[in-house]
Parts: sequence; structure tokens; C-alpha cells
Amino acid sequence: MKRFLIFLPLCVAIVIGLAGWWGLNPDRDPNSIPSALIGQPVPAFDLPAIEGIGGLGLSTQDFGDGSGPILVNVFASWCVPCRAEHAVLTRMVREDNFALLGINYKDKPEAAAAWLTELGNPYGRIGSDETGRAGVEWGISGVPETFVVDANGIIVFRFVGPITSDAALATLRKALAQAGADKS
Amino acid sequence: MIPEIGQFALTLALMTAVVQGILPIWGAARNNAVWMRSATPSAALQCILIAIAFGALMRSFVVSDFTVVNVVENSNSLKPMLFKVAGTWGSHEGSLLLWTLILAVFGAAVALLGQNIPTSLKARTLSVQAWISTGFLSFMLFTSNPFDRIFPAPLDGNDLNPLLQDVGLAMHPPLLYIGYVGFSIVFSFAVAALIEGRVDPAWARWVRPWTLAAWVALTGGIALGSWWAYYELGWGGWWFWDPVENVSFMPWLLGTALLHSAVVTEKRGAFKSWTILLAILTFSLSLLGTFIVRSGLLTSVHAFAVDPERGAYILGLLVLSIGGSLTLYAIRAPKMDPGGLFAPVSREGGLLINNLLLALATATVLFGTLYPLFLEAITGDKISVGPPFFNASFIPIMLPLVIVMGVGPFLSWKRADLPGVFDRLKWVIVITLISLLVVWYMQTKGPALAVLAMAIAVWLLLATLREWSLRIKLGQVSFSESRDRLRRVPRSSHGMTLAHAGLAVCIFGFVGSSAWKSEEVLFVEPGTQIEIAGFDVTFEGTERVQGPNYVAAVGVLRVMRNGRDVTVLRPERRTYPVAQSQTTEAAIRSTPAGDLYASITEPANEDATGKWTLRILYEPLVGLVWLGSLMLVLGGLTSLTDRRLRVGSPKRKIPVATAPIAGE
Repeated sequence: MKRFLIFLPLCVAIVIGLAGWWGLNPDRDPNSIPSALIGQPVPAFDLPAIEGIGGLGLSTQDFGDGSGPILVNVFASWCVPCRAEHAVLTRMVREDNFALLGINYKDKPEAAAAWLTELGNPYGRIGSDETGRAGVEWGISGVPETFVVDANGIIVFRFVGPITSDAALATLRKALAQAGADKS
Repeated sequence: MIPEIGQFALTLALMTAVVQGILPIWGAARNNAVWMRSATPSAALQCILIAIAFGALMRSFVVSDFTVVNVVENSNSLKPMLFKVAGTWGSHEGSLLLWTLILAVFGAAVALLGQNIPTSLKARTLSVQAWISTGFLSFMLFTSNPFDRIFPAPLDGNDLNPLLQDVGLAMHPPLLYIGYVGFSIVFSFAVAALIEGRVDPAWARWVRPWTLAAWVALTGGIALGSWWAYYELGWGGWWFWDPVENVSFMPWLLGTALLHSAVVTEKRGAFKSWTILLAILTFSLSLLGTFIVRSGLLTSVHAFAVDPERGAYILGLLVLSIGGSLTLYAIRAPKMDPGGLFAPVSREGGLLINNLLLALATATVLFGTLYPLFLEAITGDKISVGPPFFNASFIPIMLPLVIVMGVGPFLSWKRADLPGVFDRLKWVIVITLISLLVVWYMQTKGPALAVLAMAIAVWLLLATLREWSLRIKLGQVSFSESRDRLRRVPRSSHGMTLAHAGLAVCIFGFVGSSAWKSEEVLFVEPGTQIEIAGFDVTFEGTERVQGPNYVAAVGVLRVMRNGRDVTVLRPERRTYPVAQSQTTEAAIRSTPAGDLYASITEPANEDATGKWTLRILYEPLVGLVWLGSLMLVLGGLTSLTDRRLRVGSPKRKIPVATAPIAGE
């Protein structure tokens, strides 16, 4: 037992080292994971608006009506990276041509409303996903997460993590441009 | 020319480090005194060379030499001088240079001030320290050279990230690094002791001042960083359990455990193997922090420019240093004798509980920080672990620790008389219970845990003061005799009292500001009135102010209470044209009872022109967080001046302990 305990710190260090080595793999982008939903239509869901800010909710019917591309951003007021990402999204909405829709994931309406009041609301529509059910339908693994949906309501791109670096912004813009080009 | 001198000095420093890493330890193995003594001059030389390199880089920043890539990327000719200087360590390369400089300063300090350390232990320690230097100097020269040139030189630089242009933050990295890197010397001592195969109370006494100095600097660094986050980020919080914060907090927790276990090793010769392990792990966690921050392994709000190649190099260094030292530990530790026996209820027992809980808390934070990485490696799922996890797991570990902390100093070594201790503490217990009821009565809202935590902090504060008053027999003997005793009690005891009381004060601040804060976030126009925590606040509009390298919109908030003017708050929103970014300067009115905190941002929404988003908070007792931190730092410093840490140095009367912090 004692022998084992003596080796325990080394074993823990080795496990952490292996995980770190795996994590450094240059092919691993901490922000991208393939999604089974790519190339699939938007899943079925129907979310009410966030109470207290007015505006519209979000459901499957809002996609595939020929207008696009659409950026769907999953966010929450309790998520610190979302805060950093928010400013980038707000600027993108102003500068680029696309519709930004939001899913407010596992958040209290009052907290979300305060968050949006503070930072501004760049979203055209926001669905309030208090239970996280729609998040499951979209197959998200955390917040923030962002999807690009083309004019036919097909998910064409998924981005995990905050869109804060220039590289992330560039990939997202590329995906948006492609989704927009497919329409015409 | 000057940057080339810096580069040259750095290369020479690497060569010196290689020599210092081989010759003294070989000499110790062969019992060659000359080779062993070579450690002292080479440690000093290495320190001087790195200081020259650091000076060269700082000069490039001060004169805005835009032929140096690092200066172009992190400075600007319009920037105030203080931030030009601070820009030296604002980037990955520059901060790494500061890192190695501090490493070398600690090495040189031990070489020059550690006159009483046996030659062989000193030689081995300095060699181990030189191995670390070699790793980091080569890392810098091969992957992140701060002196790279650019041609043609641009006309002006890109400016330092405006968030970092702040006095608190200019001082934060040096202090934090003194803490982080200071543990390196403790690590080197531990590895040297393992190689030598001998750990005794004397070893613990040599190591203690360095541990304490590193701990003091780390405490100060973390407190400054949190203070910066509080007033600069404009979120109104001081701790976010972000991975980068966690990696600085883990060495602090374990370093605290190390401070306490080293006392047992010193006084009773027990816990030897455990103290060595803590010394190794504390620095390992510092290294892990360096790795996480610089490799982009985890998602964090503050990160350096990420480069996988650098990450791989640091990981290699980690494998060698941590893996090597832990392997050595696994081989050598079983041979150490267990040391003095003690009853479960004793000073040793109390410190054992302290150590177990602190280690458990560290493990919890480590687990929470790395869990997303493990989960992703195993299942491919990505999550982020946030404050709910840490609050739910960390606080329940710390509260029992704080309870034990109140009793611990009353316990005597070997075997303590618990009923006697409680007899001396009976009034403290009564007052604590009364305060529990009072807090409960005053604050019906807010979590029950907060009320409990408040009472536990009262308990710690009173028990600490009680112990101190018993020690100087306050009230039992004449006042002048008490004063006499006050002078004769070892400084380390006063240091402990101050630090423990400081933690109690911190807890008041933690609990008050997180459990009972009031917060309003709203759109305001000139004339808008808000009521918060008994204050009537009127937003009177904004003014434009031109700064040296920014323009600011300054909100004017008139604060009244019961119809009387209290103050005018002026939160700023600064725009830095060169760096193309904005920062928030919160306006804070601090009183002992709490802070009224305001920050403004322009609404992102286009419809709301002329309106501003105002965030206004009242955070009760938040100032106590920093007052308590200051007490922790002062407690550590007081303890450092203890005679005990200086005795055994008959040749020279240099206070070994105070030297490393004199450089702050």
C-alpha cells in the first residue's frame, strides 16, 4: 500500500502529461469538432422568447425559408467566454450580411435579460432553452457554440467555443460566405 | 546593437547554466570542494548575464526601438513611460525572460546569502536550479527569442493590449512570477535532498525562508491580479475560477500546505517525505501553470499567443523536471525514517488535517481545471467547468479547514489537551454562536452557507486573537509585562496570528461580496435615476476626455443618500485607436461597509444611440478581500524577519530571509 502511495504522484503526473501531449496535437483545434448534424436539416425544436425583453422566440419554422445564411449562436449569461464572444458577434452583425439568431441555453430568463440589457442584443430572434432540451437536439457539447445554416435550412458548419480569435473569425466568415454562395 | 548584446548575454547565460548544472553536482558526488564551490560564482554570473539581457530588452522598449519584433508587437511610441517599461514583460517572450531572470535571482540569492548551508547541499541545489534555467533559457533561445529583429522597421508599434495598461497589472506579473518561480528554489532544495538522501530539521529550516518569500510574493501577486480584474474588467467580481486563475491558485494552496508541513519537519522531524513531496508538487504546479497558459491547452479569457511548437517544448521540460523528480522521490522516499511520533490530538495532528484538506482542495481545483481536457481526450465531449463546480466542491473543503485553523494554534506538540483547549475557547464559541444568530437575523435572504461561513470567519478571527492574547497574557498580568512578552514572543508567532486573522478578514469579504451583493444593469439616459442599496444614483450624462493614447467617455453619476450628496462616480469607457480596442475603467466608492461600483459601456444595439449601459453594484465588505490579503502578506513578511530563520549563521549577520523580497 505504502509503495503504491509513493508512486501515486508520479502516476497522476504521467496521466496529466499524456493528456497534455494529446491536447497539443496540432490537428486538434480546441474549437472544432465534427458534428453528426452537418449536412442535416435543422432539428425539430420550438422555443419561446426570453421573458422580459420582448422579441420573438425561435423554432424550426424560422429556417429554410430561402433567406440566409443564418448564424445560430448558443449562449448563456453564466458563460464567461460568451461575454468575450458577444462583442465580436455584435460587430459581425453590423458589418457582414447574415441573420444572427440565438439559443439561450439553460439560463434563467431574468439573468439572460439583464445580460442582454447590459451588453446589447444583436440577435434577431432568441429562443429560451431553459431545460436544455433544444440544446440536446442541436447536439451541443457546451456553450458557446455556433452553427451556420444555409438558406435551405441545412446545417453546414459548427463551431465550438468562443469566436474571439482572428483565426476563428476567419473560419466562420469562410463558412458564412460558402453558405451564402450556395443559395445563388 | 543593444538587442544583440542582450541576445549574446542570453546565450552566455545558457552556457553558464549548463556548466553550473554539471560541475557542482559532480563535485558533490566526488567530494571535490573546488567544483562544489564553483556553484556560487556561476550562479552569480548567470544572474548578471540574464539581467543584462533583461536590461537590453527593457531599453528597447523604453526608447521604442521598432526594429525589434517584440517591441513592435507590444509597444507604441505614445504609450506612457510606465507601460513602456511594463511592456517588457507584457508579451510571451518578455515574460519568459522575466521568468528566467527571477529564477536566476533566486539561484544567486541562495548562492550568496546561504552561507550556513552545507557545501554539498548547496552545490546540488544550485545545480538542480541550473537544470531548470537550462531548460527555460534554451526554450527561449530556440522558440521564443525576444530579440528577433524586423526589417524594414515599421513607423510605430501595435500597442500593448489596453487591458494590460494598468498600474496594478504592470506589477502583477513580476510579483506573481517571484511567487511561482520562488518555489523553484524549494524544489531544487527538495531534489538535492533526495539526491543526497538526507532530510533533517536543519534542511527544513534552510528551506523555510525561501518558501515563505515565494508564498508572500504569490499571495501579493494573486491579490493584485484579482484587484485588477475587479476594477478593470468592469464585471464587478474578483474571482472567476478561470483556468489561468486556477493555475496560480493551486501553487498557492499547496505552497500554504508546504509552509505548514515544513514547520513539523523543522520542529519535530516528522512529515519529511511529505514535505519533500509538497515541495516538488508546488513547483510542478507552477510549471503546469506556465504550460497551460502558454500552450493554449484550455480555453481561457486571458491567454498568450498560442503556438503548438512552444507547447511541445514546455511539455518536454515538464516531463523531465516533474517526471524526473517524482521518479527520484518514488525511489528515495521509502528510505526516509518517519520521524517523531504523535497522538492524533496534537499540533502535528492539526497540521496533518491542514495538509490533507489543502491537498484535497488543490486536487479538486486541479481536477476541475483539467477535467474538460480529460473528458475531451476520452469521450470527445467538450465542456467548460465553471464557478458552480468550484463553489460546490471547494468551499465545503475549506470551511472545516478554517474551523480547525481556529483550534490548531492552541494545540501543543506530541499530545494536546482538547478539553483544556475548549475551556480556553468557551467564550469564543459563545460569541461565534451569537454572531451566527445575529447574521442569520440580519440577512434572511442569501444562501444558508453564507451565514455559516460568516460565523466560521468570526470563530477564526476570535480564536486567533484569543490565542495571541493568551500568549502575551493580556489582562492576566500587568500591561507592561504583557508588552514585554509581546516583544519576546517569536516574530513567526505574530506572523501566524496576522496571517490567520487576515484569512478571517478575507472570508468576511468573500462571503459579503458574493452572497449579499446588489446589482443593477440597465440602459440609462441623462436624467435616469436608480436606487440601489439605499443610494439614489442619477446619471447626468457623459463627458469626453482625451488621454495620452486613448479617448474616454466619462459617465457622471451623482450619488445621494437620504437626500444628501455622497459622491460623484465617474466610470470611464476608453477607446484606444492604435490597438483598436476598448477598456472599462470602473468607478468605485469604497467604504469599510462596502463598495459602490459603477461601470458603463456603449450599448451594442444600434437603436439605443445616446443611451448607455450602466452596471451598478453594491458589494458589501468587498474591501476586506484586499485588506485580508494585505494582512496575509504582512503576516508572511513578519514571519520572515523571525530570528529563528537567521540563527546558525555565525559568520555573517545577513538576514537570509529578507533578501529575496527586497527586490520587489
